Amino acid sequence: MGQTFAEKILASKVGLKETVPGQIVEVVPDVALSHDNTAAIYGIFKRMGGVRVFNTEMHAIILDHATPAANTEHAENHRIIREFVKEQGIKYFFDAGRGICHQVLVEEGLALPGEVVLGSDSHTTHAGVMGTFGAGIGRSEMASIWALGKLWLRVPESLKIVVNDTLPSGVTSKDLALRVIGDLGADGGLYMSVEWHGEAIKALELSQRAVLTNIAAEMGVKNSYILPDQKTFAYLEGRAKRSYEPIYPDPDADYVRVVEYNASMLEPMVACPHTVDNVKPLSEVKGKHVDQAFLGTCTNARLDDLAAAAEVMKGRHVASRTRMVVIPASSEIYMEALRAGYIETFVNAGAMVESPGCGPCLGNHMGVPAVGDVVISTANRNFQGRMGTRESEIYLASPVVVAASAITGVIAYPKDLEETKP
Amino acid sequence: MSIIKGRVWKYGDDVNTDVIFPGKYTYTISDPKQMAAYALEDLDPKFVKNVKPYDIIVAGKNWGCGSSREQAVTCLKEIGLGAIIAKSFGRIYYRNCLNAALPALTCAEAVDAIEGHEVIEVDLVSGIIRCAAGAFQFPPLPAQVMSIFEAGGLIPYTRKQLENRRSFNEKRLK
Repeated sequence: MGQTFAEKILASKVGLKETVPGQIVEVVPDVALSHDNTAAIYGIFKRMGGVRVFNTEMHAIILDHATPAANTEHAENHRIIREFVKEQGIKYFFDAGRGICHQVLVEEGLALPGEVVLGSDSHTTHAGVMGTFGAGIGRSEMASIWALGKLWLRVPESLKIVVNDTLPSGVTSKDLALRVIGDLGADGGLYMSVEWHGEAIKALELSQRAVLTNIAAEMGVKNSYILPDQKTFAYLEGRAKRSYEPIYPDPDADYVRVVEYNASMLEPMVACPHTVDNVKPLSEVKGKHVDQAFLGTCTNARLDDLAAAAEVMKGRHVASRTRMVVIPASSEIYMEALRAGYIETFVNAGAMVESPGCGPCLGNHMGVPAVGDVVISTANRNFQGRMGTRESEIYLASPVVVAASAITGVIAYPKDLEETKP
Repeated sequence: MSIIKGRVWKYGDDVNTDVIFPGKYTYTISDPKQMAAYALEDLDPKFVKNVKPYDIIVAGKNWGCGSSREQAVTCLKEIGLGAIIAKSFGRIYYRNCLNAALPALTCAEAVDAIEGHEVIEVDLVSGIIRCAAGAFQFPPLPAQVMSIFEAGGLIPYTRKQLENRRSFNEKRLK
C-alpha cells in the first residue's frame, strides 16, 4: 500500500521507511516560525530553563501582527523581540514592514518542498503551497522546540480533494476554498492532512494556490498540501535558501475520504457571519450594505489579488457611505503594486493603503470596525469579535467581490458594475 | 488528583478561541491571572463570575477551533478548571491542553448524556466519566503524550529534559 504525503514526509524526517496514521513521531522541523508572539515564547523558554536556542538557523521570526506598532505595549513587545534576535544571533529575522509571516516565508525561500515548517500561528498550513508540511503549534510547543530542537507529532489521516476541469472566469480559488469549507464544515478536516489534486489546481498560479493552503486551517486540518510542480520550482529559483527534495504522495495511497469537485460548476461564494463554514452563493447575499471593505491578509493580498481588485476599481470611487482599507501582504508585493499603478488606482478611488502586516484582521489596528459595522473582507476568519468588536458582522469573499462591494457600497459582483461606467 | 469532581458548564459545537479568549487581548495581557478574568468573555459572561476550581466544561464538536492562541487554554487552567470533555477538539487547542496538563477528553456519548450544571466525576487513571445518566469510558492518552502530562505539562517536561542533557554533557566532560 502506498503512502500519503503526510505519512511519507514524517517517515523521511525520522528515518523510517513508512509511518501510519495515529503513530507519534518526534520531528526536527526545518523551520520554526514565530511572529509578534516571539517575546511571549521567549518568556516561556526562560521558564523552561532555556539559555541558548538549540539552532539559530532553524528560526524564522517575522514581525507582522501589529506593524507598525499600534501602541506602546506593541512597541515594547517588538523591542524585546529585536533584543532576543540580537542576543541569540537568529539568522532569519524580518522586522516590521517586510510583510505577513506566511507570505514572507514563501518569498524568502524558507518554505521549501519536502521540508517541515512548524509555526506558532494557526495559518502555518499556508506553507503547503510550496509542497511543504506546514502545521500550526502552540507557544509552549515552540519554546520547547527552541530548547530541544524537536517536537512530537501525531501522523495524521489524509483527506484528498480532487478539483477537475477549470474555474469559470470571475470565479477564484477563494470561491473554491469557501465552497469546500462550507460543504465539509469547520471540523471537516479535523486533525487531517489535506491534499489538493486535479487539473484545476495545476492550472492555478502559486499565489492563488496559497489561498487554498492558507484557509484550509478553517476546516481544522493539521496541514494542507499542493503537489509542487514547474511553477513551484521556477518561483524558487534564486529564492530557495537550501537545496530541497520534493515529496509526493503515492498514487495508491490510502485516504480516509476523497472529495471531488468540477471547477466549471463553481460560482462566487461568501462566508457569512460568524463562522467560516456559513457559506452562501453570492447571489443570496448581494445587495447587503457594507460599511467597510478590507483587501488584505495572508489569504488574499498578493499581487494578482491587488491587480484584479484594481481592474474593478480603476476610474471609479468607493461609495460615499463605505470605507476601504488595502494592505498588501508583503513589501515585495507593495513595490510591484506601486510600479504597476495599482496603489495609485486604490488611492484615487478613495481607499486607505496601509503598510504590509496583518492590520485589522485580528482587531489590532489600521481599520477596525465600529459597533454595528458590516465588513466585507478577503481574510480567512469572520468569528464574532475577530476584528475588535463583537457587535460587527464580517463577510469573507474574493478580492474582486470585495472591490465591487467597496464601489457599490453593497455586497456585489464585478459584473453588477457594468451599468455604472467609470 | 486522578479523580476530578466538579460542576458542569455545557456549551455547543464549534466554540472558537476568539470567544474563549478575545484576540484583542492577546498581545497586551501576559499575566495568566489577568487572562483568567476574560475567559469565555464573548461566549458566556456568567462563566468567570461563577466558575469554581475543578468545574468541568462539556462541549460539542470542535471545541477550541480557530486561532492557535494558547491563552484560550491558559485562562481556563488558571481558573483551576478540572477538565474539558468534548465530542472533538480543535487540533492545536487539543495539543495546547495536553501541553498545559489540562485534561482534554474526547467522549461524544458522555457529552450527549451529561446535563448542564450537574456535578460529575472524571477518573483519569481508569478512563471513566461518571454522571447522573451513567458511566462512560474514554480512550486513554498515547504513552508519549502521557509522559508530558505526568511531568505536569510541557514546560516542566522540557526543563527536565534540558537538565538531563546538561548533566549528561557535564559528566562527559569530566
